[in-house]
Amino acid sequence: EISAPWTFHNLQELRHSASLANKVFLQRDYSDGTTCRFQTKFPSELESRIERPLFEDTVKRLNIYYAEAEKMGGQSYLEGCLACATAYLIFLCMETRYEKVLKKIGRYIQEQNEKIYAPRGLLITDPIERGMRVIEISIYEDRGSSGSCSGSSSTSGSSAR
Amino acid sequence: MLQLGVAEPMRECEYSQISTRSSTPMETPYKKRTPKKRKWQAFPGRNKFYCNGRIMMARQTGVFYLTLVLILITSGLFFTFDCPFLSVQLTPAIPVIGGVLFVFVLGTLFRTSFSDPGVLPRATPDEAADLERQIDVANGSSSGYRPPPRTKEVVINGQTVKLKYCFTCKIFRPPRASHCSLCDNCVERFDHHCPWVGNCVGKRNYRFFYMFILSLSFLTIFIFAFVITHVILRSHRQGFLNTLKDTPASVLEVVVCFFSVWSIVGLSGFHTYLISSNQTTNEDIKGSWSSKRGKDNYNPYSHGNIFTNCCAALCGPLPPSLIDRRGFVQSDTPQPTPPTNGITMYGSTQSQSHMAAATPLMQSEPVILTDEASLPGRTSLGGPCSGALPLGGQPTPPTSTPNLSCDNGMLPTRNDHSEAHHHMDGVHHHFLTPEEAPSPPGMLPCGSPLGHSHTIQGFYNPASQDSLHEDSVRGLVKLSSV
Repeated sequence: EISAPWTFHNLQELRHSASLANKVFLQRDYSDGTTCRFQTKFPSELESRIERPLFEDTVKRLNIYYAEAEKMGGQSYLEGCLACATAYLIFLCMETRYEKVLKKIGRYIQEQNEKIYAPRGLLITDPIERGMRVIEISIYEDRGSSGSCSGSSSTSGSSAR
Repeated sequence: MLQLGVAEPMRECEYSQISTRSSTPMETPYKKRTPKKRKWQAFPGRNKFYCNGRIMMARQTGVFYLTLVLILITSGLFFTFDCPFLSVQLTPAIPVIGGVLFVFVLGTLFRTSFSDPGVLPRATPDEAADLERQIDVANGSSSGYRPPPRTKEVVINGQTVKLKYCFTCKIFRPPRASHCSLCDNCVERFDHHCPWVGNCVGKRNYRFFYMFILSLSFLTIFIFAFVITHVILRSHRQGFLNTLKDTPASVLEVVVCFFSVWSIVGLSGFHTYLISSNQTTNEDIKGSWSSKRGKDNYNPYSHGNIFTNCCAALCGPLPPSLIDRRGFVQSDTPQPTPPTNGITMYGSTQSQSHMAAATPLMQSEPVILTDEASLPGRTSLGGPCSGALPLGGQPTPPTSTPNLSCDNGMLPTRNDHSEAHHHMDGVHHHFLTPEEAPSPPGMLPCGSPLGHSHTIQGFYNPASQDSLHEDSVRGLVKLSSV
């Protein structure tokens, strides 16, 4: 009856039937200045949960998106000048390029969570909810499993079954 | 139905909790009874919010109102007394241009004062605990009584930059970020705290601030020039004394503008230099990238040429606010397991050090209860808590000398106090006397120190006292994270 720790089919199931065991934080990589980049170092806690290429691919893609948001090119200059000319009132009706990219990132993270991370008992929190400081990855354990869960939850879990 | 296993002991608490409360019928036991709080209401920094979180300012806003009044009165007098004459005698373009400048000045002033300067939200308890663990691992066992200060080094474009750990916000500050003691927030690309606009100037509002001082320079020069023109033209007809009798307001305008011009135009020039070299006021004062520090010292953030630097600062992408002031406080954090291996799972209750004693009790209670209990606690304790920690951990020199604080409204943050003092004196010496004149006598010197008196921590504290403060605070932090 005890299923493998990661057979959750969707995020809802993950939230309701699993308990948070640990959180891993991917810090920012400032080697390129103040632009938003996250370290792609693979944390040891995730070694047993997810394949390295998948994880690195997610982080690299996020870095690409953030670079796109902060890119200083013709379009952003145009937007800046136009905004200045309209005394920044234009932002009442139009959203900035940065905001558009952030929405794209939000959708991407949601999609990654549903397809790749939730089935493995992991959950990525959008960095914007953590002040763009970290990518927070929550590691869940199935409550019914007698894995690395703490003693009380696993015994009460098994008693419920 | 896996929930039941763990939740059963908690369920009993929930049911008894409901029965003791009011008899209003509930849809589900999990809905909050009180209206949902917005995040700005639970904001830990020392900021004031208006319009339900849309407007964000520093706590001391007196000087901002002074700025506003000065601009409104001077411009008002100009449009009322000088423009009718000038538009007839010279050209109606004068009030039009003046009007455009005036609107632009006010617009940029409001934008600077009311927007989020780039405040970094404080670390969640989990993050803080994770960082603490990493630091402990890196330091090994603390050698001696004082553990070394928490810094991380990173190489940016060939320059070694030290990232400091902020004890209040419990994060390693990104490069160019600094903690503002007045607002009690870490601000990205912190420039300075400007009492004249009643807010910090940071990454998100620096361009508005620059536009404000630039347009104000133009407006001041414009008004000054045309009031003089007006007086001269009138004097040719009526004589000087009669002119003064007819338009006494012009005298006031000339006086205000004359003294403002020096400081504001000077400030604009200074910030133009800063923008073209991609430095912040903070960095310039500390001499972080000056060649005096070393032959190989250069600014790693500069894009190389003046044009790119200017474009980047003024027309670059505007990052959104990270603090989400109008969002609702979430209480749906997943219920964590009891801690193993030193993982802290206290949720939002650990945000204040005062709560440390209460957390073992709260741990076993349902999520809603903890959050409900913690939220009012957070707001009420927010004041003394946030007041206590930074005062200890970040002794700040908001200047004990009124001249420095009046001086272009700049407040150096901690570090290298004496260096900052001397540098400021040297660079801005010629602004000191004219700066005090425009305001009503006695108000300027009195206003600024009063505003900052609560954080004056001994501008000239020797370094040893700083680290002693830091250690006592670190002790507090350690206790709270246990």
